[in-house]
Amino acid sequence: MTDEPDHDPTTKRLGFFFWLCVGFIALVVLLALIANLLPLPDPTFQNYSAPQNAGPGWGHLLGTDDLNRDIFSRLIFGSRVSLVVGFGSALIGMLIGGVPAMISAYRRGRTDTFLNTTSYVLLAFPALIGVIAIGEFWGHQLWKITLVIGIFSAPLIFRVVRASTLSYATRDFVMAAKALGASDRRILAREILPNILPTVVSFGLIVVATLIVLEGTLAFLGLSVPPPTPSWGNMLNEGSSLLAGGKGQTNPWLVIFPAGAMFLLLFSLNVVADRLRSYFDVTEVKL
Amino acid sequence: MTAPLLEVTDLHVRFATPRGDVHAVQGVSLELAQGRTLGIVGESGSGKTVLSRAIMGLLPRHSAAMTGSVRFDGTEILNAPDRQLRKLWGTQIAMVFQDPMTSLNPVQRIGHQITEHVRIHLGVGRDEAKETALSLLMQVGIPSPVERYGSYPHQLSGGMRQRVMIAIALACAPRLLMADEPTTGLDVTVQAQILNLLSTLQRDRQMAMILVTHDLGVVATRTDEIIVMYAGNVVERAPTDVLFREMSMPYTEALLRSMPRISNPSHTRLDSIEGRPPDLINPPAGCPFAPRCPYAQSRCHNEKPPLVEGAVPGHSYACWFPIS
Repeated sequence: MTDEPDHDPTTKRLGFFFWLCVGFIALVVLLALIANLLPLPDPTFQNYSAPQNAGPGWGHLLGTDDLNRDIFSRLIFGSRVSLVVGFGSALIGMLIGGVPAMISAYRRGRTDTFLNTTSYVLLAFPALIGVIAIGEFWGHQLWKITLVIGIFSAPLIFRVVRASTLSYATRDFVMAAKALGASDRRILAREILPNILPTVVSFGLIVVATLIVLEGTLAFLGLSVPPPTPSWGNMLNEGSSLLAGGKGQTNPWLVIFPAGAMFLLLFSLNVVADRLRSYFDVTEVKL
Repeated sequence: MTAPLLEVTDLHVRFATPRGDVHAVQGVSLELAQGRTLGIVGESGSGKTVLSRAIMGLLPRHSAAMTGSVRFDGTEILNAPDRQLRKLWGTQIAMVFQDPMTSLNPVQRIGHQITEHVRIHLGVGRDEAKETALSLLMQVGIPSPVERYGSYPHQLSGGMRQRVMIAIALACAPRLLMADEPTTGLDVTVQAQILNLLSTLQRDRQMAMILVTHDLGVVATRTDEIIVMYAGNVVERAPTDVLFREMSMPYTEALLRSMPRISNPSHTRLDSIEGRPPDLINPPAGCPFAPRCPYAQSRCHNEKPPLVEGAVPGHSYACWFPIS
């Protein structure tokens, strides 16, 4: 009588942990957006009055590096590179991979065969090598890196969007909409897109995480945005030599902070993507 | 006599498959006048659904080859481009699909699904479209339409969903309604309600209707004319009362026999048609029904009977040895 459950067991909840992860992502994005307004020292300023290789403390929240620069400031400004490349490239990939995928899967026929084969060919090409090669010829500005990584993520997004569109394109309600005189564009935008959106969004977040790692790899190799512009990847690169007594000094914080920040961001993205996917997965709740 | 609203002449539909061409509809002709109802009856795989979709132009173009002629209101629409058909779909010809569980978009509120359709075709404003939608929901017998307007499809029962589908199909006052097994997915009491609803609406609106079904009982009281299909062919065609009085084709008889009857004593063995419909890739040389026909003779196996006019005007059948 009294031990009624306080909520319907079939309704799903996203849970506290999900919101914690959303909160962390939001915090990183917010700090990156308002970094210029924060009372932070210039991330490239070599402050010779500050101690070199200091640990975390009051003057410099997360300490300083071997060029006397403020690590906290570099971490915040550095997040911009990761976020722009991660979200920007994924967005570009959605545009040049996802939109054609929907049309291709809906129309079928020769265009679909052609695009589908093309996506397989492009997937077989090692993206990292492609991005490095193009970067060497074209340059390492942020927008160029973002665009190139976006292009290389397109075939992957194409495959996922095409597969989920296919599973809806032959459903009765799509046929019904067609029989009621809806245009192809309307069918794609109103009938199919809302249905594939949960899959696409949660997959998109995983793509973002993957691309952030890819950019980090490039930066670590010194092939992304060049110094002195801070990015998590090149902070790791610079810090790695001081990890254990390089140049006669040791400062593990230089690696711990950017690596930790990247770990937390990627972890949050993955958790959010996974929880969203199961939240929207209707089959799991159907009785 | 005025020209019929829908005129189908010698329609063939072939699907290319790795095993060969499936000849799903083999030369079907029919006419339908404004305000009349035509029943298309046949078992699964007889080509009735393919026929109805071919008439509407809804078959995938890259896999279905269609020849013959389909004229709607005097205009040829077979193999017409989607651009031209889109002007007919929804406003002139509408379709109610077989499975109401899957033919509504699961992520859109039903009110929205009706108003969107109304707004595209009739070009009316948001408020007017909502009023139209509510009046349609009322007409198809949805209780408390104002509340249901904001419901999602999964919140409605099968019968309610089929009513919503009918409301959407009728929203722009089409002249021809295609109902492809509109009650197959519903339970028996709801079936009768939906069929009666369709009949009433059809009479009120002077619509032509094609009722596709496998159930002779469904078409018996609700159609003016019936076409019986078997293996892609029309095997018998007659005005409804004539068909039930002077059934000539053994297949029609077999279909009628295989319906359960309430007057039969309990545990009466239900008659069924032995065997399976023929392979449409390699159809038999003679009558397609011959291998399953109790009256078949050697001629039936070797020569395909043409559709011939019977004694009563309007009655035709394809059989060498019609039952009388």
